[in-house]
Amino acid sequence: MTSIGLAQIAIVLIAVVVAAIPLGGYIARVLAGERTLLSPAFSPVERAFYKFSGVDPAREQSWLTYTMAMLAFSVIGFISLYALQRLQAYLPLNPQGFGGVPADLAFNTSISFVTNTNWQNYGGETTMSHLTQMLGLTVHNFVSAATGLAMAFALVRGFSRAESPTVGNFWVDLTRATLYVLLPMSVVVALVLIALGVPQTLQGSIEATTLEGAKQAIAIGPMASQEAIKELGTNGGGFFNANSAHPFESPNAFSNMLEIWALLVVPLALAFAFGRAVLDHRQGRAIAITMMIVLVAGALVAYWAEANGNPLLTAIGVDPSPGNMEGKEVRFGVATSALFATATTGTSCGAVNSMHDSFMPLGGLVPLFNMLMGSIAPGGVGAGLYGFLVLAIIAVFVAGLMVGRTPEYLGKKIEAREMKLAMLAVLIYPLTVLGFTAISVMLETGLASLNNAGPHGLSEILYAFASTTDNNGSAFAGLTGNTLWYNTTLGVAMLLGRFAYVIPVLAIAGSFAAKKKTAASVGTFPTHGPLFIGLLIGVIIILYLLQYFPALALGPIVEHFALFAGKTF
Amino acid sequence: MLSQIRPAIVMIGLFTALTGLVYPLAITGVAQLAMPTQANGSLIEGDGTVIGSTLIGQNFVSDRYFHGRPSATTAPDPADPSKTTDAPYNASNSMGSNLGPTSKKLVDRVNAAIEAEFAAGRIDVVAADAVTTSASGLDPHISPQFALAQASAVAKARNLSEMQVRALVEANTEGRVLGVIGEPRVNVLLLNMALDRLK
Amino acid sequence: MSHKVAAPGLFDAGIIKRAAVDAFKKLDPRRLARNPVIFVTEIVSAVVTVFFVRDLVAQNGVAYFSGQIAAWLWFTVLFANFAEAVAEGRGKAQADALRKTRTDTHAKRLIDRQNRSGMTDVYEGVSALDLRLGDVVLVEAGDLIPGDGEVIEGVASINESAITGESAPVIREAGGDRSAVTGGTTVLSDWVKVKITAAPGSTFIDRMIALVEGAQRQKTPNEIALSILLSGLTIIFLIVCVTLWPLAIYSGTTLSITVLIALLVCLIPTTIGGLLSAIGIAGMDRLIRFNVIATSGRAVEAAGDVDTLLLDKTGTVTFGNRMADEFIPVQGVSERAFVDAALLASLADETPEGRSIVALAKSVLGSSTPTLGPEAQIVPFSAHTRISGVDLPGQTLRKGAVDAVTAQVKSVPVDFERAVERISRAGGTPLAVSENGRLLGVIHLKDIIKPDIKSRFAALRAMGIKTVMVTGDNPITAAAIAGEAGVDDFIAQAKPEDKLAYIRREQQGGRLIAMCGDGTNDAPALAQADVGVAMQTGTQAAREAGNMVDLDSDPTKLIEIVAIGKQLLMTRGSLTTFSIANDVAKYFAIIPALFVVAYPELEAINVMKLASPQSAILSAVIFNALIIIALIPLALKGVPYRPVGAAALLRRNLLIYGLGGLIAPFVGIKIIDLAVSAIHLA
Repeated sequence: MTSIGLAQIAIVLIAVVVAAIPLGGYIARVLAGERTLLSPAFSPVERAFYKFSGVDPAREQSWLTYTMAMLAFSVIGFISLYALQRLQAYLPLNPQGFGGVPADLAFNTSISFVTNTNWQNYGGETTMSHLTQMLGLTVHNFVSAATGLAMAFALVRGFSRAESPTVGNFWVDLTRATLYVLLPMSVVVALVLIALGVPQTLQGSIEATTLEGAKQAIAIGPMASQEAIKELGTNGGGFFNANSAHPFESPNAFSNMLEIWALLVVPLALAFAFGRAVLDHRQGRAIAITMMIVLVAGALVAYWAEANGNPLLTAIGVDPSPGNMEGKEVRFGVATSALFATATTGTSCGAVNSMHDSFMPLGGLVPLFNMLMGSIAPGGVGAGLYGFLVLAIIAVFVAGLMVGRTPEYLGKKIEAREMKLAMLAVLIYPLTVLGFTAISVMLETGLASLNNAGPHGLSEILYAFASTTDNNGSAFAGLTGNTLWYNTTLGVAMLLGRFAYVIPVLAIAGSFAAKKKTAASVGTFPTHGPLFIGLLIGVIIILYLLQYFPALALGPIVEHFALFAGKTF
Repeated sequence: MLSQIRPAIVMIGLFTALTGLVYPLAITGVAQLAMPTQANGSLIEGDGTVIGSTLIGQNFVSDRYFHGRPSATTAPDPADPSKTTDAPYNASNSMGSNLGPTSKKLVDRVNAAIEAEFAAGRIDVVAADAVTTSASGLDPHISPQFALAQASAVAKARNLSEMQVRALVEANTEGRVLGVIGEPRVNVLLLNMALDRLK
Repeated sequence: MSHKVAAPGLFDAGIIKRAAVDAFKKLDPRRLARNPVIFVTEIVSAVVTVFFVRDLVAQNGVAYFSGQIAAWLWFTVLFANFAEAVAEGRGKAQADALRKTRTDTHAKRLIDRQNRSGMTDVYEGVSALDLRLGDVVLVEAGDLIPGDGEVIEGVASINESAITGESAPVIREAGGDRSAVTGGTTVLSDWVKVKITAAPGSTFIDRMIALVEGAQRQKTPNEIALSILLSGLTIIFLIVCVTLWPLAIYSGTTLSITVLIALLVCLIPTTIGGLLSAIGIAGMDRLIRFNVIATSGRAVEAAGDVDTLLLDKTGTVTFGNRMADEFIPVQGVSERAFVDAALLASLADETPEGRSIVALAKSVLGSSTPTLGPEAQIVPFSAHTRISGVDLPGQTLRKGAVDAVTAQVKSVPVDFERAVERISRAGGTPLAVSENGRLLGVIHLKDIIKPDIKSRFAALRAMGIKTVMVTGDNPITAAAIAGEAGVDDFIAQAKPEDKLAYIRREQQGGRLIAMCGDGTNDAPALAQADVGVAMQTGTQAAREAGNMVDLDSDPTKLIEIVAIGKQLLMTRGSLTTFSIANDVAKYFAIIPALFVVAYPELEAINVMKLASPQSAILSAVIFNALIIIALIPLALKGVPYRPVGAAALLRRNLLIYGLGGLIAPFVGIKIIDLAVSAIHLA
């Protein structure tokens, strides 16, 4: 670890915090339906959207109707994306002449983008036409993130409202989140990325003749526009297989830092938006600080692990001073690669600028554990906030009792119904992650996909299901996911991780919204000070450590000790 | 749920038009007008043909050129399309090795590379980027340490003085902006082009 | 606080013996199913037992190990049962005493209560169990009252010690707020006719028996929510353990079912799962020992949440009566002369105020106090004149309300008027004293605030609870007393509907309210309040409306009730935290033990340096069982509550039960491991 590396990490994170605070206020205003700076430009578009789709923006929905609307939107989105991939051979803007995407891969990819996972069992440059990238993937990069934002705000309204039968209108939240937040930010980030060297063209491939006279076909396309929303919407699905490690997706250190900034800023801003919405900035600040502490701690562990180099390679004469460079790009170095890995899994982004599979055992443990915790530091767009609030509810429930009151969070009593729903949501993770991992290691077809043997192989499978359940999308990419078994099971994991998780969450939103708000006093459990922050971190770490310690012990942890004992597999 | 189907279909259509067509095409238009070099891939042309992109690494095998990092990219095997074959710096199929830190394959591969380096008599401690594959397989850069380690071999192959080549490496080394942002690096393609100009 | 029901010691031999037997009876799976964590433990204990038998028969050399694991798993279940049985046992001892009052009660049922035949008091002897709602019974001196009811005729003194423990008799009479009587109490003198208002089996005593026994114990809302959390954790750990088996195979280890089950039981929250119902029963029990009966566990939990206490001034904030506090002579009258006069005027006054004047005067005058001679003519107080006094030879002393006395005197000095005004402003009552038609001075009568009440209100404030004093006084008086006692707010000139309105307003603002009351006109407010404590001396209507009954009829007890509610919740939270935090150490003991053959490198996380894999697993299981026993006293006594803010409480409890829960098992398992390996158990 060098002071320059630490400074690089610090610069990005400070820029994120500085931007997230005002952005949070803005997002809160947008989702409260207030007028904003961009209203003159976008409110005619907004009204047209409502008019054409027959939505009355003034009519709010109960949590159930809200959920139904979200599900209807996701199902239609899935069908259209699936159809687009299958039919891309017959559609325009297919300069490379790719055929239709096979059924199981199209199934997996459609779920992947509808659920904001963007797990890539395909290599972008070898599978998807420009039309599919634009009309399919880019669109879902926007709307799946906007859906996440909408659902988070439904839950926020559960806290901010009292005795209300409704939690908002899904169509309005979806439209406003896209028009006022994601689209304008994407335009700005896309243009900056182009200035930094990210291509934006409708060409498909460039034929180059290298200095040595060989032919090099360079894949290219309209990627800056997709790159911007890929990060801002914490989607992570790259134009290319190598994602943000590809020099076109991120040509230099500035684009690298901008992308890390872009993938962190909206989720962190949502914590501040939450504070504004519940009329207590301290609440939002406490959540933001907690998220940042988990993020920074992860980044430091990962950086430390990567900075020392691989002792097996040091032993045979490789210079350890630049750190573990296998699967990393020279222009990024280990510090920002470790930060990117932590940030992309602390959010549910899943973009990568280095190959997590080649990280040191503890370096790879950080992104893996980040996802097992449900990506809550600071989390996906929307998904991070609601995931975090579910954990806060559980933490407050146990610890709240210790101050001698029945637990309440922000004036909402946590009772049997909310506990049932929260546990239902929380159960989904170990069930899918551990369940599918356990089945996969027993099946020949599951093991055939492995790229690494020994504990690292187990980590690859565990990582895949953690990533998909968490709707993250990053991978220990050595695992060959494009098989019938993994296309199907990873797809199911993504579905469960998104919908089986969020439906109970929306039910909690409805149940909280209907509740009275109890008044706060000095006898009330305090949910803003350092004590609460420490408590949250403790509960989160212990809760997840307990669930995954055995699996992690057989994966990265034993690999770490084996590595230092000089073992290979 | 049925009452939500219509808005769902219409909204998907509207968002597809707005974010799938208007947004990327507008960005493309602006980019092509305002920043055509970057928008088209930062290409380098010489004698009317495209030599490559400054951003994309190339596979150098000749000892007259500086070599880039090992690349793990593959291409479909011409003999059997269901299999793949090694194709370093295949800019149509970016990928890393994805070998884990305890992978025997990784250690063996690095070991072989180091032995080759030693056989070439170039070095005492091997630069990390010299024997590790990059994440994309298309890394255009190498570390100054790796470049300098290659200087004498390149100088010998080209009948240049080592001093001259080392000076060229240093001239092509990019440092950190403000001493913090970025990593010291050498763009291999640009260095080799500068080498070719050095007559 | 008059009396507390004697609490059986924590480890009373009789209770322990009975509980040990009950612990086995509770193994019945149908009963255990109510407690998912322990139910799962029981099932897997049975499974391990089967494996033990198989190992015995197969003689595969692991029977010694699986047998011990099976035994300790059964102990875990039994210890949990035992905890519950001990808690119940403490209530049962009380219930048995209560039940004795119920048996063999004979009732004298009036045959013709409409008295149409003209015959009065014609009754038939029936068993108390045959009484029906609406029956009227005659109860005479020496009789037990056969059932709950309302006095419709007569007046009697009644000994209610059977239920209150208070031996001083109380008066019950028809009409008014003192008409309710309770079955099982004894009429000491006179007679009453009682209309039965509760069917046999649902009388107050029956309910009390059921409550203290915990027989019909319903899980309270928070307990249900916590059970859901614990069940959820149990399911999660089931998933963890079931999936560990294939993961282990991948890693080159075939785990035995026995050790997987051992791991499962160590991970699921058996500690809190085993103690949860004991905590709830003990909470009710604590309340009962404070002579308060809660009609539901929900009320006890609500007590912990109370934000606002509505307290009657009289009896809670102040002593019942006003007392003399100061003598203020007018100018030209010596204090000594004035006090002498005031004393003489009050010697014959037997009202509490009069006695307090005498007491104060004596303390001012010291030993040389005047007495009344036989020639003294007493002028008694009359409501008409509002004056009392004494006529002595050559001395006419009068004492009374200021306007009444000043009407009889020639002049009113300015300093007298000023003193009167000052007293009124301070919320006191001025009493004027005159001698031969001349004003001597004024006596300041004031409400005396109970000596310790101010610090108790301060403690409540630190807990975040607002206190509101309810009084019939005028706002000026009320404000003065409120200020002196340190309550946060007051309702002056309070009518019953004012209380109700205040409660509704507070509840609208999201606050929970507790109050106590006794009169029928308190009933709506008692019903509206989240915690309504009815006085045992109160009317039947009040007792029905509230959700707690205070057998001592002591309104200050609200404060204790709140503390008991908080203690109950804190104990639950603390033990849950402790239980979950424990798991970390168990992983560090068991995981390296499971995989040390396939991955010797994992020995690095065996930070406790446990002797052998088998001893590590066994030690963790033993620790897991013994910790339940070790925590029974805490579960029964409750985590100590201190009236400090929530943040301070949380910090303290997190430190003790969170951090302690992380560390304690490391120490405990290590010690057990040393013992286990020393005596070669594994």
